[in-house]
Amino acid sequence: MDVVVLQSLEPLIEALTSSGYTVVGPRVEDGAIRMAEISSGADLPAGVGDVQKPGRYRLTSGDDGMVFGFAASPDSAKRYTQPPRQTLVRVRDEAIEEVEQEAPRVALLGLRACDLAAVAVQDRVFAGGRHPDPAYLRRREALFLVAVNCAVPGGTCFCVSMGTGPKAVAGFDLAITELASPHRFLVETGSERGGEIVALIPHHPATSVDIDAAEEVSRTAASRMGRQVDTDGIQEWLPAAHDSPRWADVASRCLSCTNCTMVCPTCFCSTVEDVTDLTGQVTERSERWDSCFTLDFSEVSGSHVRSSGLARYRQWLTHKFATWYDQFGTSGCVGCGRCITWCPTGIDVTEELACIR
Amino acid sequence: MHPMTPAPFRVRSRRPVRADTVSLTLEPVEGPCPPFLPGQFTMIYARGVGEIPISISGRTRAGGYLQTIRAVGAVSRALCHARRGDLVGVRGPYGTAWDVPAAAGMDVVVAAGGLGLAALRPVVRELVAHRSRYGRISLIVGTRAPMTLLYPRDLARWSHAGIDVQVTVDHPDHAWQGPVGLVTRLVDRIVFEPRRTAAFVCGPEAMMCAVADDLVRRGVPAARIVLSLERNMKCGVGRCGHCQLGPLLLCLDGPVVSYERAARLLAVKEL
Amino acid sequence: MSAAEKSRPKLAVWKFASCDGCQLTLLDCEDELLPLASTVEIAYFLEASSAIGPGPYDLSLVEGSITTPQDAERIRHVRRVSRRLVTIGACATAGGIQALRDFADVREFAAVVYARPDYIATLERSKPISAHVPVDFELRGCPIDKRQLLEVITAFLAGRRPVVPGHSVCVECKARGNICVLVAHGTPCLGPVTQAGCGALCPAFNRGCYGCFGPTETPNTRALNAQLRRLGMSDPDLVRVYRTFNATEEPFLQASEEAEGDA
Repeated sequence: MDVVVLQSLEPLIEALTSSGYTVVGPRVEDGAIRMAEISSGADLPAGVGDVQKPGRYRLTSGDDGMVFGFAASPDSAKRYTQPPRQTLVRVRDEAIEEVEQEAPRVALLGLRACDLAAVAVQDRVFAGGRHPDPAYLRRREALFLVAVNCAVPGGTCFCVSMGTGPKAVAGFDLAITELASPHRFLVETGSERGGEIVALIPHHPATSVDIDAAEEVSRTAASRMGRQVDTDGIQEWLPAAHDSPRWADVASRCLSCTNCTMVCPTCFCSTVEDVTDLTGQVTERSERWDSCFTLDFSEVSGSHVRSSGLARYRQWLTHKFATWYDQFGTSGCVGCGRCITWCPTGIDVTEELACIR
Repeated sequence: MHPMTPAPFRVRSRRPVRADTVSLTLEPVEGPCPPFLPGQFTMIYARGVGEIPISISGRTRAGGYLQTIRAVGAVSRALCHARRGDLVGVRGPYGTAWDVPAAAGMDVVVAAGGLGLAALRPVVRELVAHRSRYGRISLIVGTRAPMTLLYPRDLARWSHAGIDVQVTVDHPDHAWQGPVGLVTRLVDRIVFEPRRTAAFVCGPEAMMCAVADDLVRRGVPAARIVLSLERNMKCGVGRCGHCQLGPLLLCLDGPVVSYERAARLLAVKEL
Repeated sequence: MSAAEKSRPKLAVWKFASCDGCQLTLLDCEDELLPLASTVEIAYFLEASSAIGPGPYDLSLVEGSITTPQDAERIRHVRRVSRRLVTIGACATAGGIQALRDFADVREFAAVVYARPDYIATLERSKPISAHVPVDFELRGCPIDKRQLLEVITAFLAGRRPVVPGHSVCVECKARGNICVLVAHGTPCLGPVTQAGCGALCPAFNRGCYGCFGPTETPNTRALNAQLRRLGMSDPDLVRVYRTFNATEEPFLQASEEAEGDA
């Protein structure tokens, strides 16, 4: 793997843009660090950090000039791998036409190791089984993934417990470690096309000092996890705990609002809707994000299998941490902590799991 | 092709089988109809209304699917009203199958509740086609009323082919002389060697559990009792997440599941 | 009348105690209005035309709540002449903003407002249409959402169940890519207990949700109230956020009563 050092990200953004990618990276919008289109390094959140707690997210500002000095953004790669709504087919007269789904060339700049792990999970769901989705594969192919190794994990992070971070080890085209004094970026190449981009920009080879400094960033980050989960045997003990009194306790705090599933970078559940035009001549079928927290999710012939909030929370948590293995051979959780931060009532999965166990 | 894109099929025939239930035969607009195994289902799309999973009940002479649909929601209602020549979308067949050949050399119990017989019809047909391979074969059927009995002519034919066919109804009419009550009551009226019996069960979940429990009590190993389970299903291909039952995605790991596997899952309320 | 006209379903739009805003949503369907008019016969819609086509009607859209004895009688007539009756808007589905009077004595209000309160014939409470006659579908919102209205009409024409989910605003909010104002800004927001349908309009402009579409299918207002209190909301403020357009919808009523200390 080639390892080089860049003095600035500006040439990288330019190279990606000139290679036909829309660059989507972190920028401050609406009081949060969002993944949004960026056109220059100046769009990056220099000096901005975040404080993440259960049900609470706030930005901080400082003057260290670091552009990746924050933890997981509310946004993950999911919006790009699995857009919130996709038209599947159009039915017109006597023809059922498959609708060509868009696969925009997007460079996602600033994905964390947990995000890469989540993409790998979605790969298994949409492309790894008996019915691979060609549109998903095209979208994935069109994504250029630039990872950033976490320096400052958030208060709700637990990627070390899930074995997914904080250092990106695979699944990226390029991986950046931001280094201070002097401010510079160590860049690892993870793919051929990653190497082609690096070749377009001014860089110099990394020295052992650079590499050691980067190692230290990841080592420090790993020691600063905000949360942890004991995953030992979780595939067995969690489904077996279906009668735990803790489920009723968490259900009393759970809004069934779906936020945890919406922000989760691996939650893939969807529903399909038909839309007809007024004349009835054209029908479109669309697939859109759905959540196991909605009542209709478990509807069978007019009644609901999981009518209680308790059952819905239990389904989500048990699926995420245990039965996901049965279905997809991996955990559904990557330890990004988004479900904890973005739960309006601050339910903390790590705490719930500890209590259930 | 995208796994969510239905293939165009046409309704070749439509036959009402009882007040709210219709049997359709569906044939592809182009090319051959994909083969299916007993127990598998297709996702049938009613244009502009939606898509639902329906068991395949048989193959037509022209190679199409016979599918029996009861009008319970908007989509099934639309499909029940489909006319000959109408275009529908079909995806599949999907899901696990009843392993009928595995029952060779054994007694066989087939238990159907209501529309469950639609999913079991291919099982019985296969048993009849290879009658000599099996021991005693019993088909017990529970239905609401004599008028709501599915496939009465098939039942008569199967009876002549050496199958012990017994039917019970919830609401008898004046002409009814058979048993009244739950299908579980028929379990005691059929003859089988429990240790050497395979059972195929399909119907409402409570009925399946009751029959399976009875069979287990009689000594049939739970691993040889197989059920066909139902949950909400939007995709049929393991991507919508709706049909989960604990570790199972019923579209891929089901609908046909052994009672050995299903019992502890079905025992958990609201799983 | 041509054969084609004969086969077009007849649409009627009725008004009860309301502000007309939901009816206006139909006129707001600018691009869709012409195809709509060619698909259905708009037989009764006083807001748009004084021409009154004879009933019975295939689809009646009913706006407004029932607040007078006369309206209680009139809605029974509307039900009789309608094959399908769909209520539109918070007044029709929940009693509307005028149901706030249910929390006090309506005769007292009448005495304060009118010179001759004895001229005023009004019911004790402002009730949704469904409290008086059976309703085939309720379309929520104050006002209703144009796309949802078209969805209800096209679903009626196609014979399918309208895609009007009962889940929270949060689903639409996240699909739209809004930031959560509750978590990121500490802004009080009823989105987690409010039914989707508006497209998460207020949060898209960094405002909390006002609950215009009424409670979700399974709202947990007690849990939300606890969080809103942690964000610094006082109990009187909590009462006020639930007592707006859907104040007497049971879950919102309970939520406000819980905040009042009655629960």
